[in-house]
Amino acid sequence: MTAVPLDPPRRLVEFELDGEPTRVPDGSTILDACRSAGKDIPTLCQGETLEPKNACRVCVVEVEGARTLAPACSRKAEPGMTVRTDTERARHSRKLVLELLASATDLSTTPRASEWIKEYGAKPDRFGAEAATMNEPPKIDNDLYVRDYDKCILCYKCVDACGEQWQNSFAISMAGRGFDARISTEHDAPLTDSACVYCGNCIEVCPTGALSFKSEFDMREAGTWDEERQTQTTTVCAYCGVGCNLTLHVQDNEIVKVSSPLDNPVTHGNLCIKGRFGYQHVGGGNPAGA
Amino acid sequence: MDLRFGDSKPTDEEKTAVDDLLGPPPSAWEGADDRTTGDLRWALGGRDARERRDLLLPGLHAVNDRVGWISEGALTYLCRRLTVPPAEAYGVATFYSMFSMRPRPATVVHVCTDIACAAAPGADAFQAEVERRLGPAGEPRDGAVWQPSPCLGLCERAPAALSIRAGHGCPSAAGPGGGVPANGASPNGSSPAPSGPAPGEATYATAVVAPATAEAVEAAARAPEDAPEEPSAALAVPQAGEPGLRLLSRIGVADPESLDEYRANGGYRALRRAFALGPAGVLREVTDSGLVGRGGAAFPTGRKWQATASQPDQPHYVVCNADESEPGTFKDRVLMEGDPFALIESMTIAGYATGAHKGYLYLRGEYPRALRLLTNAITQARARGLLGDDVLGMGYAFDIEIRRGAGAYICGEETALFNSLEGHRGEPRSKPPFPVEKGLFGKPTAANNVETLVNVLSVLELGAEAYAAIGTGKSTGPKLFCVSGNVERPGIYELPFGATLGDLLRLAGATDDLRAVLLGGAAGGFVRGDELDIPLTFEGTREAGTTLGSGVVLALDSSVPLPRILLRIAEFFRDESCGQCVPCRIGTVRQEEALHRIAERVGTSGGAEGSADDIALLREVGEAMRDASICGLGQTAWNAVESAIDRLGAYA
Ligand code: SF4
Ligand code: SF4
Ligand code: SF4
Ligand code: FES
Repeated sequence: MTAVPLDPPRRLVEFELDGEPTRVPDGSTILDACRSAGKDIPTLCQGETLEPKNACRVCVVEVEGARTLAPACSRKAEPGMTVRTDTERARHSRKLVLELLASATDLSTTPRASEWIKEYGAKPDRFGAEAATMNEPPKIDNDLYVRDYDKCILCYKCVDACGEQWQNSFAISMAGRGFDARISTEHDAPLTDSACVYCGNCIEVCPTGALSFKSEFDMREAGTWDEERQTQTTTVCAYCGVGCNLTLHVQDNEIVKVSSPLDNPVTHGNLCIKGRFGYQHVGGGNPAGA
Repeated sequence: MDLRFGDSKPTDEEKTAVDDLLGPPPSAWEGADDRTTGDLRWALGGRDARERRDLLLPGLHAVNDRVGWISEGALTYLCRRLTVPPAEAYGVATFYSMFSMRPRPATVVHVCTDIACAAAPGADAFQAEVERRLGPAGEPRDGAVWQPSPCLGLCERAPAALSIRAGHGCPSAAGPGGGVPANGASPNGSSPAPSGPAPGEATYATAVVAPATAEAVEAAARAPEDAPEEPSAALAVPQAGEPGLRLLSRIGVADPESLDEYRANGGYRALRRAFALGPAGVLREVTDSGLVGRGGAAFPTGRKWQATASQPDQPHYVVCNADESEPGTFKDRVLMEGDPFALIESMTIAGYATGAHKGYLYLRGEYPRALRLLTNAITQARARGLLGDDVLGMGYAFDIEIRRGAGAYICGEETALFNSLEGHRGEPRSKPPFPVEKGLFGKPTAANNVETLVNVLSVLELGAEAYAAIGTGKSTGPKLFCVSGNVERPGIYELPFGATLGDLLRLAGATDDLRAVLLGGAAGGFVRGDELDIPLTFEGTREAGTTLGSGVVLALDSSVPLPRILLRIAEFFRDESCGQCVPCRIGTVRQEEALHRIAERVGTSGGAEGSADDIALLREVGEAMRDASICGLGQTAWNAVESAIDRLGAYA
């Protein structure tokens, strides 16, 4: 019999969170600790299946003794740390970040954005009508999905999902610098000329709806998209033997998009083109792409 | 990794530019024309492939220097050679302002419009005349194009311009580091043999024009190779030759091209002492000297080196941050141009003390003369056994590679610098982990700027105690100041810490109607023209509610329109933000917009009232930028404007 090495038991880290002594397993982030304590810290660029890039800065908290605020999503809890999540200073930065984002970007399809904007009293309009915005027309260059970078907050999630962290296709990357930074293929070529394999994993991780199924995009344009009327059914993909989980989003008896459960230990929400887009045959339509 | 490269092909010239750097392609998979039977059994991946990614920036330079811009075919070929995904390489190339992804003329003239040059008398007329002669910025005319540029590090000779003509014989042709043979650049060990010029092919040339007249800029745009020789670096040092100088002692005294003169003037004494002390002894001396980093953050150098030296992870690296881009700063340039061997010697000592065998010298791309002189210094040091496998016969191996930046202020931030060196976008990493633990290539790294390193020579020559006796208790040693703006004798000054702002400005000859002084550059803060007794120490400036930063002292008299300077500062940060985090990426834009509104309103009725709203808005945005930005750029972007409002009463 071969011995199966067990992971060494994880040490517990003790620190103070909003005045309460808190213990979390070593390696946990402040956000992990907040969530297990039932605190609601807004996050945008943090994602369950990816290393956080900590670029959006809406999750900042105050760590005693630090000159600046810390991103809860990626700062690890350290023994003896004193963290405050709800100080004036932290709330001010969160409010401003929401204001800045909403003044430059279309957050209309970002879940919870309007709720947080209200909660923090953010007023994106106060930067004036002339405030520079992303100002990008949607890129519709294939039949499967649309890139509407007007809604993009540059969270890097799609880049990480397409590249090193999941898909290893490296079709898209951050290009340019500063306010001109954009997610882009090489030489800004259409997706059809890029290394994209249409796995759609970038859509799965996009927190804003900047990346969406063409079906969803078209229905939103036509005003027929209605999540209230949709049902979700999780099933097993029938195309090959891997056996990925698919969640079919159905509206009026039509599949309108396909996602995949993030907590699936095999796929972590990732699929391939067949599982993600090859659903038209179910409704008797034309098989998609490729 | 299954990379897709597309079918764009490089031109012969582009291919040669890349091959001169990397050697000929070993296989058709890397872009060789003929497929051999060996190619059927060829694989490159894993370690070999990953190890070459850091040649991406040198590769982009090679093409841009040779052709003037980077085409799809050239980028594709470079990606194939280095196994880098094209989308990522595109993201890297578009990060740097010296590269162009669109066709443009071979000659590009960078005309500085930053603070010191904008404050120079006649700055407006100069720019208008440049435009009359060369056409509007960004519009090619007669084989050249000009563009406004952030600080070129020539502030003592403002206004300044730099002309670069792409062509054969560029500094990147002979391997990374410019003229320095590539260390293991090609996997098969073949060292690249640069190709000869094709008949009629343009040759690479640069011309530094400062102080610039529009006429001289036009001439440099037409024929950079004919531009008159730059004045010696010693002219930037009004104290040159005076006794008692330490950091500047050799400038204007020893020929910067001659190793013998360097040695005759005290060179390599410090390294000998270091070998006598042993690494632990050097660490002790540097710690006891109280030397702190001169780049602005003022971190104790000894502690940084100790922490690097004690890491079990191997190898260790030494990085010299010579990406001086803070507007108003030019001291590192003058040190490198006036005393290049001193930097080579001090990097060797840093390597010895921290247990590193390889040093990277990351030099900003806009310093052609420093590149030439440092390359020469490294070559000579190698030839004489002062670098290489057995430094000074002491059994210690150390070598230095120069890597050029390509126009990005943010790459002066140490973690952004590592990313840039590794062939990634120059975006800062979040800390922790700190570089002493995970720095360049994820390994323990001691990163220091030029002035800090050069101070180490004095520490070892004088001994820690005598060194610590210079300056004040908390700020020890001599300090360099970059004085520019409205003074009679702009340049680099060396004073012991503790001299006052007035002492320094008297030396430089400040005018009577001094209105304001910008300390620490764009990331620093303004003080009033009458606050001359501020002591120039880290603690003294902090007490006075301002900062010493990197040692910039930019004097402005009442002829300089303050709102214009503030707008320029805001524009600078907007341009130079890496774009990674929201407070900085969008905050710097909102800051600039608000300053524009205020500037437009000045003079109109009701201006003050509306401006009060905008100033309140600026404060709120500024606070969030300071608190929530990832790195120092966003955290300091509001400092100068805030100080101008609070201290100078700008817009009141
Ligand atoms: S497209 Fe979506 S996932 Fe990609 S950076 Fe933008 S917001 Fe993030
Ligand atoms: S999603 Fe792709 S990989 Fe997964 S089961 Fe379906 S066909 Fe196979
Ligand atoms: S503060 Fe600015 S420069 Fe620094 S990481 Fe953020 S966006 Fe980039
Ligand atoms: S969620 Fe933490 S920085 Fe975006």
